[in-house]
Amino acid sequence: MTALQLIEKAGFKVLNFPGENRERNISGVYCCDLLSVVMSKGFEDCVWITIMGNINAVAVAALTEMSVIVLAEGTAIDENMLPKAKAQGITVVQSDKPIYETAVMIYNLLKENA
Amino acid sequence: MTFKYIVDGEDFTRAGEASSNVKGKLKQMGVSPDVVRKVAIAMYEGEINMVVHAKGGEITVEVTPSEIIMTLKDVGPGIPDVEKAMQAGYSTANENIRSLGFGAGMGLPNMKKYSDELTIDTELGVGTTVVMKVHIN
Repeated sequence: MTALQLIEKAGFKVLNFPGENRERNISGVYCCDLLSVVMSKGFEDCVWITIMGNINAVAVAALTEMSVIVLAEGTAIDENMLPKAKAQGITVVQSDKPIYETAVMIYNLLKENA
Repeated sequence: MTFKYIVDGEDFTRAGEASSNVKGKLKQMGVSPDVVRKVAIAMYEGEINMVVHAKGGEITVEVTPSEIIMTLKDVGPGIPDVEKAMQAGYSTANENIRSLGFGAGMGLPNMKKYSDELTIDTELGVGTTVVMKVHIN
């Protein structure tokens, strides 16, 4: 499943979605808010669901080469996050659902499209 | 080949830039993705520690044919109990730092886990120098 397919089917609100990321593969889902744990356990091309709407989340996603950051619970982002996401080419979307519901929805979409 | 970075201790918005820059350079040099990942994680944690605890510092990254050597030097408060600081889950970060997603007490444990050699030279009131080596083969 590609990032574009996932974002369209899930109906996430797009905050930053660089064109070159549209066909990027989704390798799985990862959920956590503590950045050191995410650095260590997050994986390449994953969708990362978090409530950390800040610039450091972008740095972690870039370093671990994630496909998409999903901000659950409609988390507001801080003013520095989007410029950083644009500069680093990181996809950021918002889900109005809590982390668990968002993760289950993505899991089901990945399964349907496997 | 050697790269040098100054880490700004006051600016959380730039934390991670040095690690990100090194990662890009190593990738360009054709270093294997596993090694690049180890260096990126270990260095990011060190960089964040410098910002959180030591008001910044200086990072030198030396790339040799057999290993990558990261030297992180600060003139911060020093680490009172290194053994304790190495324990997973132990953290002295304040509420503000925690609200940014840090302070899980995983910084030094991650640095140890993702580097092949780690040495910490610290003195209270003088500063800390951390050397991490990641072997290339």
